Amino acid sequence: MNLSDSKKKLAFAGVACGLVAACLAYFGNPANMAFCIACFIRDTAGALGLHSAEAVQYARPEIIGLVLGAFLISVATKEYRSTAGSSPMVRFVLGMILVTGSLVFLGCPLRMIIRMSAGDLNAWVALIGFILGVATGVFALKRGFSLGRAHLANSASGGVLPALMLGVLLLALGTTLLKSSESGPGSMHAPIILSLTGGMIFGAFAQKARMCFAGSIRDVILMRNFDLLTIIVGFFAVMLIFNIATGRFILGFDTPGIIAHSDHLWNILGMYAVGFAAVLAGGCPLRQLILAGQGSSDSAVTVLGMFAGAAMAHNFGLAASGTSLDAGTQEVIAGSVPPNGKVAVVICIIVCFVIAFTNKREVGK
Amino acid sequence: MREVDARGLSCPEPLMLTADALKSEKGPVKVLVTEPHQRMNVEKFAKDHGRKATSSEMEDGFAIVIE
Repeated sequence: MNLSDSKKKLAFAGVACGLVAACLAYFGNPANMAFCIACFIRDTAGALGLHSAEAVQYARPEIIGLVLGAFLISVATKEYRSTAGSSPMVRFVLGMILVTGSLVFLGCPLRMIIRMSAGDLNAWVALIGFILGVATGVFALKRGFSLGRAHLANSASGGVLPALMLGVLLLALGTTLLKSSESGPGSMHAPIILSLTGGMIFGAFAQKARMCFAGSIRDVILMRNFDLLTIIVGFFAVMLIFNIATGRFILGFDTPGIIAHSDHLWNILGMYAVGFAAVLAGGCPLRQLILAGQGSSDSAVTVLGMFAGAAMAHNFGLAASGTSLDAGTQEVIAGSVPPNGKVAVVICIIVCFVIAFTNKREVGK
Repeated sequence: MREVDARGLSCPEPLMLTADALKSEKGPVKVLVTEPHQRMNVEKFAKDHGRKATSSEMEDGFAIVIE
């Protein structure tokens, strides 16, 4: 099965993933979140006790399903390749940056598209930053940026992250060791079987279609190639229809209850860091999970970096707060980015520049 | 035949190296990649630019000859 050789098939993959996200939102995932890689990694990090923000702790089966779905489909279609060795620690840091920027904006690129489809104008503002970040990454690529070659590794190496994810699933299903939020976003979720199945279907489609939110914009800027963007358009269309049909489409800024804020500069800079880091790492947070599932230990290290970044974001008070409604006075309390989060984003952007212009492709290769 | 060794490189480096090679080389170009999706990307790129691509599987990836 090949889903990436025509725009129609790519659009179909986007529609299929959109249907999965819409179903999960309908059956209990947080409104306007549906399927967010950064938020769900943050929740899973919380469930494992890596941070202690009680409202965001839940071992999200979607994350586990994405990795396992990509692993199974890549093995079944002979695309599994166990590889490793392309600047793993630089990728770890890029993983931390991907999640830090996302948690200042309050969503990964996937959730940015979901928020855009629900009328959240903050996400449209953040898109500007994301595109600029991707464009900066493209500039670095044109200047010869490379993290170097990965090499074929022992076939078991690529299976470690899928095995660890399976382990988290078993702990979630069979023990009480993992933490689980009793209120807040972490307490809102679709039934486990739906989340796991949805994650696996999403992961399989994303693997076959090479779905990547940073790659789609990167390819347009770099090669005027609109193939990957077709998937995003299909995904956006389904979510837009779903949000309008179910009354979830609310056009505006500062909308309470959707886990978003209207701190425009930091929405832009947060997603700038994400777009920049995603191009340097060779893919957005979703793509990193998929590549890790199909055997890349380098992407698995990036995923571990995302877990570390998520823990850091809540342990050091970097994550933004969403606009909410005071239950007593019914007043709107504007969400914001804490000072620590602002400093972290600036550091993330500086680190991206350092990585971008100190890692060069080998001459003559 | 000019050879582009893009094995182990992250996307989009294999395509960028292929594009550079095709710009400066009118004759056949052999591109080596590791991942199946990279093989597909290179084949499609060649086709989109009016060139013919033939692939073969190697022990550590794929070789695509673009004519």
